[in-house]
Amino acid sequence: MTPIEGFLALYIFMLAAFTGYEVISKVPVILHTPLMSGSNFVHGIVLVGAMVAMGHAETPLELTIGFIGVFLAAGNAVGGYVVTERMLEMFKSSKKEDNA
Amino acid sequence: MSYLISASYLVAAALFILGLKRMSSPKFARQGIIWAGVGMLLATLVTFAYPNLHNYGLMMVAIVSGSILAWWTGKKVAMTDMPQMIALYNGMGGGAAACIAAIELLELTGEHHGGVATLGGMENHLEEPVLLEVHILAILGAIIGTVAFSGSLIAFAKLQGWMNGVIRFSGQRAVNGLVFIATLCLGIVMMLQIEMAPGSREIVQAFFEPEILVLFFVLAALFGVMMTVPIGGADMPVVISLFNALTGLAVGFEGFVLGNAAMMIAGTVVGSAGFLLTQLMAKAMNRSLSNVLFSNFGSGGSGEQSEISGSMKSIEAPDVGVMMAYASKVIIVPGYGMAVAQAQHKIWELSQLLLKNDVKVKFAIHPVAGRMPGHMNVLLAEAGVPYDIIFDLDEINEEFSNADVCLVIGANDVVNPDAKNNPDSPIYGMPILNAWQAKNTIVIKRGQGRGFSGIENALFFADNTRMLYGDGQAVASELINAVKELA
Repeated sequence: MTPIEGFLALYIFMLAAFTGYEVISKVPVILHTPLMSGSNFVHGIVLVGAMVAMGHAETPLELTIGFIGVFLAAGNAVGGYVVTERMLEMFKSSKKEDNA
Repeated sequence: MSYLISASYLVAAALFILGLKRMSSPKFARQGIIWAGVGMLLATLVTFAYPNLHNYGLMMVAIVSGSILAWWTGKKVAMTDMPQMIALYNGMGGGAAACIAAIELLELTGEHHGGVATLGGMENHLEEPVLLEVHILAILGAIIGTVAFSGSLIAFAKLQGWMNGVIRFSGQRAVNGLVFIATLCLGIVMMLQIEMAPGSREIVQAFFEPEILVLFFVLAALFGVMMTVPIGGADMPVVISLFNALTGLAVGFEGFVLGNAAMMIAGTVVGSAGFLLTQLMAKAMNRSLSNVLFSNFGSGGSGEQSEISGSMKSIEAPDVGVMMAYASKVIIVPGYGMAVAQAQHKIWELSQLLLKNDVKVKFAIHPVAGRMPGHMNVLLAEAGVPYDIIFDLDEINEEFSNADVCLVIGANDVVNPDAKNNPDSPIYGMPILNAWQAKNTIVIKRGQGRGFSGIENALFFADNTRMLYGDGQAVASELINAVKELA
């Protein structure tokens, strides 16, 4: 992978931070819980990092930590998805009963 | 291949942002999580094609076992237990970020730096020099991720009922502060004990002892535990949201360490969104974040209770049935007590009967109804209540004055007029639902005791309030029968 460094990294950090703030700023209270759960799912992307770290592990110790990391990250991603989806599935409008 | 991976990460990051955006509207929320899910799947699959990865077999075992366990628990958990499951999954993410940091820091102490050893001529990613700022980010991410990990687990244990009560002792804040400073100091030690290539920011070799690394992680985990144990159950949602933001930040930092754009963007977005959400939640509960973290609700400052004149007047279900069936507008105020009694399905059944009788039925949700903001909406949605008859405090507070009946079930503090009228009340200043303005207010309650916070509620003594005693579900069934008989 091409390394992303210095100011370029700072630019990304700043833009992503503003994006997160903007995306959430207009959320109605009724969606706070699902949204917290949804953002919890999104940081499950740590799975790809854990996979890379484990894939590069060389000593048994690194491999063990990597294994734990991948296990935890997979739990974060899958668990986060399942509970968010279960919650959001239930939000229905009274106007469209047909696709309930 | 490298291009394919980078492009996929870009697409995944875009899907995460669009997904989160969709999740902030009830209409598109379901699509939102699916979009984000597609992004996650894409990013994960393409990562298998990352150059020079090993240990694929064990990696699959870890992914499959972690996924199955989370899938099973996630499908099984009751809607009322959602907050602690979110805490648990969040803790797992924080732990994963800490694991990445641990590996990166361990590799730095190894001997293969400076471009000497390559296994079997394979290109090794460690050949790329580690810059000082990357090293610092790895250490920061390690602290934040570990704190989020151990803190979330404590939050989970508390909400699950495995750990009852709050643990407090004198000088606790000072001890917590010392643990945090000690963690930081070890971080600084690791930051300084490195050998730099002359005239650059590239690190050639780190020479801190592995014991320091272990102690560093232990102290960070200890801090996460210690900052969470004194916090009471009512404040826990805010803390879980804070840990959610911290995990996001840690994931973002480790993303910078690994040079992984998907992690950088997704982690940072969740980090900032999470901090905003934490503040929104704290605000909805009329608490500041520092108040939640550093002061102990309910232990100090139990304000003077003003004597409430009048008495509680009880009423029977058939009379309430008549009142509601002939009303033109009924507002229902549900609280967590309703969910505990599992009465939401009966209440919706009752509402449907009333709606058939051309009674306008609306649900009024206080921001902290349920165990975290929005939790009550999920519980009502589970019972089948459509979201367009559910209203926020701001949307509905004007309407109580023209409602014929306000039915309060399992709620207490959120309808306590003391929050508005009595400056001595511990909940003074908290925004509340103006239930007392309705022509008739019916309060369904188990018994005559005080609420969650132990504060007397003036609403219950008001002239237009009637108390309907009994278990929420049983009372709701009686009301359904009463209304049915009239139809």
